[in-house]
Amino acid sequence: MAVTLKVDEAKLEKGRSPAADAFREFRRNKIAVAGTVFIIFEILVALFAPFLTPYSFREQNTSAIYRKPMTGYDIVETRLERCHWAGTPLQWGCTVYLAGSDALGRDIWSRIVYGSRVSLSVAIVASAVSLILGIFMGVLSGYVGGWVDNLIMRTVDFLYAVPLLPLIILISVYFKALGRTGVQTGFAGFILRIDQASGGLFLVFAVIGVLNWIGLARLARGQVLSYKRKEFVEAAHAMGAGHSRIMFRHLLPNIIGTLLIAESLAIPGYIFLEAALSFIGLGVNPPTPSWGAMINEGYQGIRSNPYLVLVPGMALVLTTLAFNFMGDGLRDAFDPRQRGKH
Amino acid sequence: MITYIIRRILISIPVLFFIILSTFLLIHAIPGGPFDNVGERPMPPLVRERLENRYGLNKPLPEQFFLYVGNLLRGELGPLFSTPSRDVNDIVRETFPISIQLGLLSLILGFAIGIPAGIIAALRHNTPIDYTATFLAVLGVSVPNLVLGPLLILIFGVQLRWFDFPGWGAEYPFAFRFLPKYSEMFGPNAKFFELAIMPVFALGTAYSAGIARLTRAGLLEVLDSDYIRTAYAKGLKPSTVIIVHALKNSLIPVATIMGPLLAGAVTGSLITEQIFAINGMGRQFVASIGQREYFLLTSLTLLFAVLLILGNLMVDIIYAWLDPRIRYD
Repeated sequence: MAVTLKVDEAKLEKGRSPAADAFREFRRNKIAVAGTVFIIFEILVALFAPFLTPYSFREQNTSAIYRKPMTGYDIVETRLERCHWAGTPLQWGCTVYLAGSDALGRDIWSRIVYGSRVSLSVAIVASAVSLILGIFMGVLSGYVGGWVDNLIMRTVDFLYAVPLLPLIILISVYFKALGRTGVQTGFAGFILRIDQASGGLFLVFAVIGVLNWIGLARLARGQVLSYKRKEFVEAAHAMGAGHSRIMFRHLLPNIIGTLLIAESLAIPGYIFLEAALSFIGLGVNPPTPSWGAMINEGYQGIRSNPYLVLVPGMALVLTTLAFNFMGDGLRDAFDPRQRGKH
Repeated sequence: MITYIIRRILISIPVLFFIILSTFLLIHAIPGGPFDNVGERPMPPLVRERLENRYGLNKPLPEQFFLYVGNLLRGELGPLFSTPSRDVNDIVRETFPISIQLGLLSLILGFAIGIPAGIIAALRHNTPIDYTATFLAVLGVSVPNLVLGPLLILIFGVQLRWFDFPGWGAEYPFAFRFLPKYSEMFGPNAKFFELAIMPVFALGTAYSAGIARLTRAGLLEVLDSDYIRTAYAKGLKPSTVIIVHALKNSLIPVATIMGPLLAGAVTGSLITEQIFAINGMGRQFVASIGQREYFLLTSLTLLFAVLLILGNLMVDIIYAWLDPRIRYD
């Protein structure tokens, strides 16, 4: 007797991929979404900085120093009506210091907006550099094993014992001093020219990224070790795939999620590091605005003009908060064990 | 365990040697020397030559390096260029205790706030208390001491005038400069704590936030397990179950971040000392870069590295104590 199975196609639930599952989970986490939206918004602000700033970030106006936020209207009779209404500024282009002006009469708002470029690019560049280095070293170490593994892991152990901030400070001092001697030739000259063109950003980022790959390398190595004995790797071997193909086409896609999430949680650290370096005067070159450097400039006069510290400080805190919320949300969404625990 | 500790210390020796070597080379590679200028004007060549001769700076670099290492082994950290009457040992003797006090007090604060906060959040899981604690923890992780320090100064130093700043107490209420002396805690040395409270909070908040997050996550993981249910079933008091049974296991993830935490203590104290004008090792380090104090910079980097290595070793020991399955051999 034949058994007929009647399947109602429409009622069959469509299978969801793990990524789609994670995305759904992520979307349910309101605060993580808010963080992501804030970061996207900030990236847009950084991209369209020239349209959002009434002044240049370097333009000094010695007749308008230490203006408090929301003050400093240009009291020109003809423009008076257009510029403010009962003390409220009405449009860009009026001499209104939305967030005040600093000791040199530079507009804080413009410097904050341009400063977001520094913080966001350190987030992107340093994490990209350390991600690439960390993945390469970690995958190589875990896959090849033997003396390569030993060499890479001993390097990692060594770097764990190195106090990174003093080292980063010394390296920045080295390049800054080299820049002042005006080296133009060779590799050093090439690096220095790039650095000058980027306002001193390039080296800071490179140094931060190059020295921060160790945690990621350890993680990648551990992940590779847990995957490399799986059947799909063996199958790839049997199919005649080369080592680099197995490493980067077969193993990497399996572990990249974990690594990206770990890296997204490290981003606030990079932003702090850049701010800290700029705070002690070894980050970006003035007048390139960095929030850390702005805190340093405002810190001397904190008693009389606290907004000079509070405004860049708030920008820094909001950005790192957004990155932390996004990173936490991503981790929770991709780690099924964490589901329902937050 | 003892053999493990001894082996780790022995492994650290070449690591420290490499750190000295790389710092030494890096510092000497920086263009410009300690005797380039006198005030604003360039130093006369003859004087400069004599001074460099006196400190052995005109010797070949390898010779300088081995002389320095030899002196290090005898416990001499080297001379100071800017103030010839004092040497690096004096500076370290002066600044090292201050940095250690700042770092230790911040770590103590981190645990004192972080662990209870984590426990409360985990026990009141998915209640407003939990959400508030979690939010505060993320906030605490997100506010760098670079921002928190000035903020504390502004609120509690300038506006409310509760605490004095800047600086660090000259009279330490500590035996051997770091063990607290109870008799002096609240008496004449209250001034020390008045000065210390803001920097310690600026540095310790991030620790407490990080520790609270991990304690909460660790405890949530453990609370579901069978052995906790058994402990409850035996009729133990809830406080005993949490403190004796659950907490020890839930602290394992906390121990794993101790390493990065200690590295952060080095990094963070550098900035915190800068903000609060505390004359510790970090501030000394930043201040002496411009003068190219070769010996001071190398010695301080070495000290930071020693602290980091000892800290990591301590973490491994705590780790083995918390999780007896881990065996070092």
